[in-house]
Amino acid sequence: MKRYDLIIVGAGPSGLSAAVEAAKRGLKVVVFDENEKPGGQLFKQIHKFFGSKEHKAKIRGFKIGEELLNEANDTGVEVVLNATVIGLYQDKEIVVKIGDEVKHFKGDSIIVATGASENMVTFDGWTLPGVIGAGAAQTMMNLHGIKPGKKILMLGSGNVGLVVSFQLMQCGCEVVALVDAAPRIGGYGVHAAKVARTGVPFYLSHTIVKAEGEECVTGVTIAEVDDKFQFIPGTEKHFDVDTICVAVGLSPMSQLLKMAGCEMEDNPKKGGQVPICDQYGETSIKGIFVAGDVSGIEEASSAMIEGRIAGICASYYLGFIEKEELDKKYEELTNALEGLRQGMFAPKNRGKLIEKTEEGIDVSMNLLEKGYLTDEEVEKYPGVTHAKGIHPVMECSQNIPCNPCQDACPKHCIKIGKNITALPAVDESVECVGCGMCVASCSGQAIFLINENFEPGYATVTLPYEMLPLPKKGDKGMGLSRSGKEICEAEVVEVRTSPAFDHTNLLTIKVPADMVMKARFYKGKEQ
Amino acid sequence: MESRIEEHPILGVQEKGRIVKFTYNGKEMEGYEGEPIAATLKAAGVMVHRYTKKEHKPRGIFCAIGRCTDCVMVVDGQPNVRTCITPLKEGMKVETQYGVSAEPFDKQ
Repeated sequence: MKRYDLIIVGAGPSGLSAAVEAAKRGLKVVVFDENEKPGGQLFKQIHKFFGSKEHKAKIRGFKIGEELLNEANDTGVEVVLNATVIGLYQDKEIVVKIGDEVKHFKGDSIIVATGASENMVTFDGWTLPGVIGAGAAQTMMNLHGIKPGKKILMLGSGNVGLVVSFQLMQCGCEVVALVDAAPRIGGYGVHAAKVARTGVPFYLSHTIVKAEGEECVTGVTIAEVDDKFQFIPGTEKHFDVDTICVAVGLSPMSQLLKMAGCEMEDNPKKGGQVPICDQYGETSIKGIFVAGDVSGIEEASSAMIEGRIAGICASYYLGFIEKEELDKKYEELTNALEGLRQGMFAPKNRGKLIEKTEEGIDVSMNLLEKGYLTDEEVEKYPGVTHAKGIHPVMECSQNIPCNPCQDACPKHCIKIGKNITALPAVDESVECVGCGMCVASCSGQAIFLINENFEPGYATVTLPYEMLPLPKKGDKGMGLSRSGKEICEAEVVEVRTSPAFDHTNLLTIKVPADMVMKARFYKGKEQ
Repeated sequence: MESRIEEHPILGVQEKGRIVKFTYNGKEMEGYEGEPIAATLKAAGVMVHRYTKKEHKPRGIFCAIGRCTDCVMVVDGQPNVRTCITPLKEGMKVETQYGVSAEPFDKQ
C-alpha cells in the first residue's frame, strides 16, 4: 500500500488549491479525480468572476483553472486522473478505482474536496431525452463545442440558471423562457438583467407541468403555482422546445465523509448533508479536512480559498509548519473568504428577502420578479448620474462583493470604497475619458457609457457585447430596452475590441436622445 | 453537423482531434477522435441512447459527466458504457442499448 503525507479527493478548484499550498510546504501530495481532466467545473465557467483582485475578479473561470493547473504543475503536485475514490476507511485508508483496478492508499492526512452534484425535480416526461441538467449544457457547449439544443427552456433562476441561459445564447441557442417556482429570482440581479435585455421572458411562480414528446422533447407546458406550489388551473403556457434545462441547485457530495464516520448534519443553508467541521475545515476525525462545495454550497472563488486554508492546516497538522505560519496565513485567507461572504447573497442571508440596500435604497422588486430594473427605479442608484458628455452609468443595484470597476477606471471616477459590497458611485468631479475599461471589467455587464449630447437629437450608449456575429460600424438595427423590447432604431457607430477587454466587445449605438436611459441592448436587423 | 459551435464569442474556435470513422447501429458515421461518443452523436442529431429494460422508455444525455448513467450504450459489444465520458476512437461500434443488450426487445 502506497503512503502519502496528504491525499486529496477531487482535483477541482478547492482540491487543487489545497494541493498547491501543501506541496509548497514540503508535503508529499496526491490528488485523485474521477474525471479525464483536472479542474472540476472551472473549465466550463466562461463568465468573468466576481469579487476583488485577491479573489481573481473579472478573470474568466477557465482562465483561473489554467492558472491553478500551472501552479499545481510548478509545485510538483501529483494528480491521478480517471481515478474514482470508492472508499474512505479507518486510519485514513483510501480505496481507489483506477481503470479496472482497485488500489489501496494510506494518507497521514486527507482533504475531501468532492464538490457537489446537481439537484433534480421530477415532472411528467422528465426522463425524456432532451431534459438535461444545466451542468450538462455547460459541459456540452463549453468543453465539447456542441449546442445543447436549438430552442431551450431553462428551469431555475439561481446564478447557475441565469449564467447558463446567457451562455446558451452566446453559443447560438435560443432561450425561450426562464422559469422558476419561487416568487423571486434567486441569483444576482445583474445576471438576470443581462438575460432579460436580450428579450428572454421570466416566469416566476411558474414551474413545469409536462415535458412533451414520445422519443424526445418536442415541447413543454408550464403553469403558475400558488404560494403552496400548487398549479393554478387555466394558467398553462406552451412552448415549442427541443431541450429543457434544469438548474435547481446543488447538493454537497459528502458520502465519503459519512462513510469514514465523520459527524454529519443536515444544513439547508449549506445545501444538504455536510460534515460538522471547525474553522480550519477539520472534521470530527482528526486529520480529515474538507474544502469547497462538499462542506457547503458556495462559489468557486470561495472554494479556492477554503482549499488553501485546508492545505495549510493539513501542513500544520503533520508538523510541516509552525503555529505562527498557520495563524498568519489563516488570518489572511479568512479575511479574503469573509470578504466574499458579505452582501445580500451571503450564505447567512440565504432565503431571506432583503428590501433595502446597505445604502438604504429600496431593492427593486421588479428586478427580482421580472429580471430588470424599471426606467424609474434605475435612477435611484448611486452609479446612475447625468452629466454633459460621456460618462458611466452603473446599473448595479444589489450589494454583491465585487469591485473591479473601481480599479478599472484610470481616472478613478468610480468609487466603491473599502467595503466591497457597497454599490459603485460616480465621482462627478472627475472627468470620464470614455475608455470603456469599466464597461469591460464589470462581471455583471451592468455598466454602460452614455453620451447624452452626441449630436442634436441623438445620444450614444456603449454596451458590453459578448455575442456573435459581432455587429459592424454602420450596421442598423433596433435598440432593446432592459426588458428586451424593441424601442427605437439604433445605428452602430463604434465597435471596440481589445485584449484588455478580454472578449467583452464594446458596442456603441446611436439612439434618439430620449432613449438614452432606456436602450440597453442592440439587435441587428438581419437576426 | 449544425449543432457544432463553429466559433464561440469567448472560446473562439475550439481545437478538435482528427476526424475518425465509426459505426452507429451499423451505419458509418464520422466524429472527432477523443471527444465523448455522446458529443459526436449529439452533433449528428441522435437523441435516444437506450431504452429502459422494464418499461422500454427512451433515455439520452442527462448529466454529461458520467454520473447518471442515462446515456449508456453498447460500445464494441460491451453494454452499459457511459458515452458522455468515453472518448471516440477510430472504428468503434456504437449501438443503441435495449435493456442491457444491443438486440431490440422484439428479438430478445
